[in-house]
Amino acid sequence: MIHQYKLGGYNIVLDICSGAVHAVDDLAYDLIAGFESKTKEQLLADMAQRYPTVPAEEIKSCYAQIEALRDEGQLFTPDTFAPMAGKFKEKSAGVIKALCLHVAHTCNLNCSYCFASQGKYHGDRAVMRFEVGKRALDFLIEHSGKRRNLEVDFFGGEPLMNFQVVKDLVAYARSREKEAGKNFRFTLTTNGMLIDDDVIDFANREMSNVVLSLDGRKEIHDRYRVDYAGNGSWERIVPKFQKLVAARGGKNYYMRGTFTHQNPDFVQDIRQMLDLGFTELSMEPVVCAPEDPSALTPADIEIVKQQYEELAELMLQRDREGRPFTFYHYMIDLSGGPCIYKRISGCGSGTEYMAVTPWGDLYPCHQFVGEERFKLGDIWNGLDNPEVQGEFAACNVYAKPECQDCWAKLYCSGGCAANAYHATGAITGIYESGCELFRKRMECAIMLAVARAAEGR
Amino acid sequence: MEHIVTLKTRNLCDSAANGGCGECQTSCQSACKTSCGIANQKCENTED
Repeated sequence: MIHQYKLGGYNIVLDICSGAVHAVDDLAYDLIAGFESKTKEQLLADMAQRYPTVPAEEIKSCYAQIEALRDEGQLFTPDTFAPMAGKFKEKSAGVIKALCLHVAHTCNLNCSYCFASQGKYHGDRAVMRFEVGKRALDFLIEHSGKRRNLEVDFFGGEPLMNFQVVKDLVAYARSREKEAGKNFRFTLTTNGMLIDDDVIDFANREMSNVVLSLDGRKEIHDRYRVDYAGNGSWERIVPKFQKLVAARGGKNYYMRGTFTHQNPDFVQDIRQMLDLGFTELSMEPVVCAPEDPSALTPADIEIVKQQYEELAELMLQRDREGRPFTFYHYMIDLSGGPCIYKRISGCGSGTEYMAVTPWGDLYPCHQFVGEERFKLGDIWNGLDNPEVQGEFAACNVYAKPECQDCWAKLYCSGGCAANAYHATGAITGIYESGCELFRKRMECAIMLAVARAAEGR
Repeated sequence: MEHIVTLKTRNLCDSAANGGCGECQTSCQSACKTSCGIANQKCENTED
């Protein structure tokens, strides 16, 4: 399977199953387009007509280059991965390496677009006690097999509403790392309201990553991200985020925004983040029911796709000016990215990754919390829902019929199980508008890689 | 004349040989939490 597209002045050809990326001229682009459907004679004759100024020998030479790439396994590589699809999860069955700890099912903001219903996950307000979190960390170590890197997210609601427990849990995990032979990587996701010097010092010392929620322009951010009195939070949080990032010393962070029907022109929000001095950025399309007023409309989706192109151009421009920035979805390491097992195995939710509620229940991921059918068990008694566990173990990109002919399948691995479930009722379904945007992001990300290579960066 | 420039990429077919160690980041963990993909992740296999 190949995918061809033109973007940013480049002709790009992706060989999906080898992972090869080719930047080609117009002649090669057209030859590749007809290579599998026409005979050599037909195709050469067509090209001679289409490119009358190009000598016949040149066209033949280009054709030979394409044949050589095919023979080297860099073009038209057949898809032979289907039998491997379930193997990775089979091999690692029972191994859990990542937990999302819901340390606070409560929030000090009242954002109407929140997938977690203002942090409560459609349930009661609650905070996690230290004993619950401690048991969750023990559970993770016990189930992590030979995995060395263990990931723990402090999530909510707003996790800083339970900051002392977060600090105590990190101290407990650190105390167990050495004897257990593990390396904990912590992440804190916060709305910023409770950031102070103590939080900054702790987060910059202990958190591998911090995810800071900011939607960009003040008027956009304050449209949804308001306190319970209805006051916007932008002016209160931005100086705190700036202080935290300035003190972070180059460690990972993301400014993470959500764009909605209010701001499909989200590149304006990216520009605002840049103006505020932030360079590690992520803006995500809102995920909600189509009838929700914040939902992106089909017209918005078209705007967003244009915006992704504008964003790629902005990144190139800033590269050239020596002021680069990172956009999470445009990070792509073509030479050091994930192996094929990772690419076909799906996201890991419900198998190697689970979410833990404040009272210790386990769910396949944070987005399933509150959906009773998906409860997998709890940290005290272990997993006790083999039916749902089996569904997630069997969920991979080859288990999704709609993914089979999609060129992006080895870049997305089948996408988000929760989005698929909420859109179709099955985790093996697809969230169509999410797929459309994902494909656009990948085209832009790869174009950026091609442009940077061409410009020697 | 050079009609095709091939970027340096990891060969996915070859990656089957020594892949699947499972040390890499769980897909949307520590990041976006809503729109999952694996293209932007790093391989963490130290035995490659």
